[in-house]
Amino acid sequence: MGDIKIDKHLDIRGEVCPYTLVKSKLGVESIEVGQVIEIILDYPEAAESIPKAMLNYGHSVIKVEKINPKEWIVQIRKEVED
Amino acid sequence: MEFTEEQLKRYSRHIILPEVGGKGQKKISGAKVLIVGAGGLGCPAGYYLAAAGVGTLAIVDNDTVELSNLQRQIAHSVKTLNVNKAESAKQTFEALNPDVNVIAVKERINSRNILNLIRDYDIIVDGTDNFPTRYLINDACVMLRKPLVSGAILRFEGQVTAILPGEGPCYRCLFEEPPPPGLVPSCQEAGVLGVLPGVIGALQATEVLKLILGKGLPLKGSLLIYDALGVNFRKVKIPRNDNCPVCGKNPRIKELSDLPEEYCSI
Repeated sequence: MGDIKIDKHLDIRGEVCPYTLVKSKLGVESIEVGQVIEIILDYPEAAESIPKAMLNYGHSVIKVEKINPKEWIVQIRKEVED
Repeated sequence: MEFTEEQLKRYSRHIILPEVGGKGQKKISGAKVLIVGAGGLGCPAGYYLAAAGVGTLAIVDNDTVELSNLQRQIAHSVKTLNVNKAESAKQTFEALNPDVNVIAVKERINSRNILNLIRDYDIIVDGTDNFPTRYLINDACVMLRKPLVSGAILRFEGQVTAILPGEGPCYRCLFEEPPPPGLVPSCQEAGVLGVLPGVIGALQATEVLKLILGKGLPLKGSLLIYDALGVNFRKVKIPRNDNCPVCGKNPRIKELSDLPEEYCSI
């Protein structure tokens, strides 16, 4: 998994719902189809809700990983135009 | 344009919609909409369009706010009695959303000023209460190929349609000429349930936003009729009329004109 190219990094630590999703959605809008965005977040609920929402938008969730007791990274590949 | 933190919050429920997103919200912010009439329909339509963040919102009205308006014209209040309605609505919409550039046009729309008034706008909303103005707006929008979202109300019934010149029928395809004065009663004579223009004005605002976003099916070629008492929405197809006097193949109406004054008494 280490060879996935990340096209954009997005730090939404400190944000709560629904702004975690608002910022993630805008982040995905700013990349091209096929590109990958890596989101770092610390709002526990968003670690579940963001991957779910991204699947609903039609994108792929490559990875959801708890990197320490309070933070997660989520990798999304943009699959469809906005 | 990048969103400010305030805008991210204000428009968050739009941005997370797949059909809107940041891109759609920017389209809304860039749109210029003109509403004719700050009355029963124009107030709710303008209110929601201002809330949605439409970049430029013009309101045309030369009347002043009266107490009898407040049963349904929700942008006005006892604080703006006797104030020009366009100005009163501007104050309300600006208080709701300072992002919106609200322009109050304190004029009565007529055949001489209409083309210049609507020329710079993307979409026109008809919220007028009389046939002469309704036909004038229709003809001007056909001539300048401006999308027009038209609404009408009486008693417990209302109707909405979107006129997209070149793509669908216009008002004159349905009724070539306005009814004779006195045939159709006015709200003044027949009454209207106060909430009814709220329903119809909100439908008009919905159609405007769909047109700005380019999403969904526009309400063209159909008249949506709402019957509040019977709790019924009917969609009636309107065919395009090749012989329409204004949008047909050989239009007879090539210049705008004002109908006689007696029409305006309705």
